Amino acid sequence: MALNIFKYSSPASFYPLAGKMVPVFYGLAAVFTIVGLYISFFVAPTDATQGEAYRIIFIHVPAAWMSMFIYIVMAIWAGLGLVLNTRLSSMMAQALAPTGAMFTFVALITGAFWGKPTWGTWWEWDARMTSELILLFLYIGYMSLTAAIDDVRRADKAGAILAMVGGINVPIIYFSVKWWNTLHQGASVSLTSSPSMAKTMLLGMLIMAIAAWMYSIAVALSRVRLLMLEREKSSAWVQEILEQKS
Amino acid sequence: MGKLFIRVIRRDLLLAYRRRADVLTTLFFFVIVVSLFPLGVGPEMKTLRLIAPGVVWVAALLASMLSLQRLFAADYQDGTLEQMLLAPHPLGVIVLGKIVAHWMVSGLPLALMAPLLGLQFDLPPEALGILFIALLLGTPILSLIGAVGAALTLGLRGGGVLLSLLVLPLYIPALIFGAGAVEAYIAGVSPEGHLSLLAALLIFSGLATPWITALALRIAME
Repeated sequence: MALNIFKYSSPASFYPLAGKMVPVFYGLAAVFTIVGLYISFFVAPTDATQGEAYRIIFIHVPAAWMSMFIYIVMAIWAGLGLVLNTRLSSMMAQALAPTGAMFTFVALITGAFWGKPTWGTWWEWDARMTSELILLFLYIGYMSLTAAIDDVRRADKAGAILAMVGGINVPIIYFSVKWWNTLHQGASVSLTSSPSMAKTMLLGMLIMAIAAWMYSIAVALSRVRLLMLEREKSSAWVQEILEQKS
Repeated sequence: MGKLFIRVIRRDLLLAYRRRADVLTTLFFFVIVVSLFPLGVGPEMKTLRLIAPGVVWVAALLASMLSLQRLFAADYQDGTLEQMLLAPHPLGVIVLGKIVAHWMVSGLPLALMAPLLGLQFDLPPEALGILFIALLLGTPILSLIGAVGAALTLGLRGGGVLLSLLVLPLYIPALIFGAGAVEAYIAGVSPEGHLSLLAALLIFSGLATPWITALALRIAME
């Protein structure tokens, strides 16, 4: 018998499943963070030109990846919610937004700390940094719009439209490196040519990226659990859970 | 379809004509913001020439923010918008008509006024021409993208501030290419590339945003 994936598109059946998944992903996030940080600080060699300062990329690059990736995932969930009218999809989109905004902010801040010792400037109006800043504005716009609308259904749908319109910006971020040639270095990791960085550096960065993934999933799931409780507070399954807790 | 489009434009232009003060307020806001910059930066003509395209463009973005709220607000309040949604005509066409009328009373005056303001910044005559063309291509983009934001924030408390939060980041490509065209000309490079990209943005947003706005209006009126 085929597994019915639509079973878990209902909050009542997804809530307990998410509850089981959250600790697993938090655990994975902790393991990968510890391993990743160990490799980043003790195994990866000192960079020949940038010295020790380059080690910030182990935070910066995964955060920048996640900031863009979460936006795309958020827009897809929001779009699914708009098209299929599934409650859970819209809740997932809203649960992802604060994490995405946080990673965007981290990417900008760590970028500034990295830029100061290596380029001698905190901020440069280069295409990628500017696009990352715009991405932060898009996240803030999405969160403000959904927060300003009291009617949950309208908030979900209006947010979905904004997320998808803003999504046009995400590819621009990614390809901006090729469009404009400025101070920013070319993409540090490329899939087509062999990476120019030492294997251990790449390994540390990838493990940190996986840690960021696990953390994002864990946080988004715990946030979506709260959203489910809040929005479905008058339904029978929430009442049951509340009774069990008390 | 064409008839409907023209009708909507004529109606909105007539309504705007009856309330001329609104149109003039936006225009004078634009003039005042642009004129404030020399007072803040100092009367050094060399600096002013450099910042002129950016200043005019940013002022145009802000002025367009002011007028955007009027795009659907009056029709929303008196119930006309609901009738438009119920009408057996494609909502996208009606919306496009409203956007075009809105541009004619908000964006077009800015574009016409801009060369005059450019003189304050000592721009050479050809650069004034480029500035005019760039604004002529760019201000419709502002109305088109802004319409989505206006529809999304329709009837919300604090809608005006929220609207700018949503729409200003989306205006950035238009700002970059619009101001870039004039800057390129001043720097001695052909502004053609910038203007072409601006035209491409205009075509793309002209095709997509009326329908997105229509969808947003339906959501807002549910």
